[in-house]
Amino acid sequence: MTSIAIPPGMPQYDDVPRFDVARVRADFPILDREINGHPLVYLDSANTSHKPRQVLDVLDEHYARHNANVSRSVHTLGTEATEAYEGARAKIAAFINAPSVDEVVFTKNSTEAINIVAYAFSNASLRPDGDPRFRLGPGDEVVISEMEHHSNIVPWQLLCERTGATLRWFPVTDGGRLDESGLEDLVTERTKIVSLVHMSNILGTVNATSRITARVREVGALLLLDCSQSVPHLPIDVVDLDADYIVFTGHKMLGPTGIGVLWGRGELLAAMPPVFGGGSMIETVTMARATFAAPPARFEAGTPPIAEAVALGAAVDYLTGIGMPAIQWHEKELTAYALDALGSVPDLRIFGPTVPIGRGGTISFALGDVHPHDVGQVLDSLGVQVRVGHHCAKPVCSRFGVPAMTRASFYLYTTTEEIDALVAGLEQVRKVFD
Amino acid sequence: MQLDQLYQEIILDHYKHPHGRGLRDADDPGDQVAEAHHVNPTCGDEVTVRVATDGDVLHDISYDGMGCSISQASASVLHELLRGRGAGEAFEVHQAFVELMSGRGQVTPDEDVLGDGVAFAGVARYPARVKCALLPWMAFKDAAARAGVGVSPEVKA
Repeated sequence: MTSIAIPPGMPQYDDVPRFDVARVRADFPILDREINGHPLVYLDSANTSHKPRQVLDVLDEHYARHNANVSRSVHTLGTEATEAYEGARAKIAAFINAPSVDEVVFTKNSTEAINIVAYAFSNASLRPDGDPRFRLGPGDEVVISEMEHHSNIVPWQLLCERTGATLRWFPVTDGGRLDESGLEDLVTERTKIVSLVHMSNILGTVNATSRITARVREVGALLLLDCSQSVPHLPIDVVDLDADYIVFTGHKMLGPTGIGVLWGRGELLAAMPPVFGGGSMIETVTMARATFAAPPARFEAGTPPIAEAVALGAAVDYLTGIGMPAIQWHEKELTAYALDALGSVPDLRIFGPTVPIGRGGTISFALGDVHPHDVGQVLDSLGVQVRVGHHCAKPVCSRFGVPAMTRASFYLYTTTEEIDALVAGLEQVRKVFD
Repeated sequence: MQLDQLYQEIILDHYKHPHGRGLRDADDPGDQVAEAHHVNPTCGDEVTVRVATDGDVLHDISYDGMGCSISQASASVLHELLRGRGAGEAFEVHQAFVELMSGRGQVTPDEDVLGDGVAFAGVARYPARVKCALLPWMAFKDAAARAGVGVSPEVKA
């Protein structure tokens, strides 16, 4: 093998950011569990991640010490709760490099965030004075892709039903990449919004978005990226990404369930009509009508998930403390290891990219003809937790001609030993179902 | 957990060598024929069950589907147990199977009634898999109703 010397002063091959995985694992109490007499091997982080002690402590501390409602109290506890809630917003804004804290809207999850955008479009379409960027009707088009999670399909199907607009989509190649060959025909002057997954929850594919963004800008449409699977695993910079909206969810990034984020460009959020009406989202109310608060409050009707938001802020602190580039490298190495290891299992077919480039640590596969439910059940008996089924992405399963897939997904606490346990478990599956 | 409690030899056998698989037309042109297609939305498993009956006897129960070993073996056992039976008797078996599956592992099955169906006793201890086992039985119930034969009391899976 020839070695290539990289000139001094340039980044060297070994110059990758690292962290101590064993120390990280010690922060996650659940990783000590045994399942069916075996050490827990948790390979389902794309579904939901585990929570470090630091996040659990903040959640507990909030309820034990600072519990009060936000944005409406003059008392001390109310002020503390409000500061913690708004402080979390600021942490999240910094985490994704949002130009303004007010561009971060707290939601329940990614699904709700996408629905807020879709319903804001819907509401704008009903009002004669609605901003033309959001108004949809017959002849207008919404573009998604075949690799979306149901949460980025169904809200747009419903929006198109309500407005008479047409839904179109990018196909997926045999290799599990987004097929951009029809970009010019698909994204046109008729397109109002393109809503794409940044990293597929089932194929693991990370979509390169720059060509699509350029085309979206050219035709004057808007771009939403579903970053549910990318924000937890990669450094994300919304300025760099150049999207109009991104959505992500807290529970996949070490935070609690019930908290998610819609990030939108400030001037777009400011032009969007509200979706949910209620407390906190108003400016003033008479019996006949109301005027509305500026974003983000406009989109946060009612008492928000306060403790969850604060704990998500703690999760972001934790991730930042380790460093997103280090997490990205760790997962890239795990993915390379896993692709090799799974490649050694007879009759195993990987869906999606088979090289650790342009993909994350989420690998779906089929093992011969054994149904994924059966694969998952045998693996569970060995303590290995994987997701089986259609992964809320039925069109992807149909695209690859299978009713379901088995999926292993990694995170910062995943080790190569756990991937070995998966591979050994798959041998056991083969024995049971020969 | 004891994996072999779930994957009893009988279940794996029905899965690998299903009995009576494939949708068939009625032999007797006078029979009522109806079918029902059921899916498990959480995993995408599908089964179609077709019933041919003269109103008294279930002359044939044919099926097709794709899914896990539990759901497909269950369809095979359903066919084996209920084909050729009188409707009333068939629904007693149906009810016994549903009770077994809803029993969280606390019900002792009667082999005289359930035959190979007793192998599913272990499945009842795995809530995530109960729906798999019941899928063909629920499809059967709908298909039978459409073919004009009565149903056993409503049970929530």
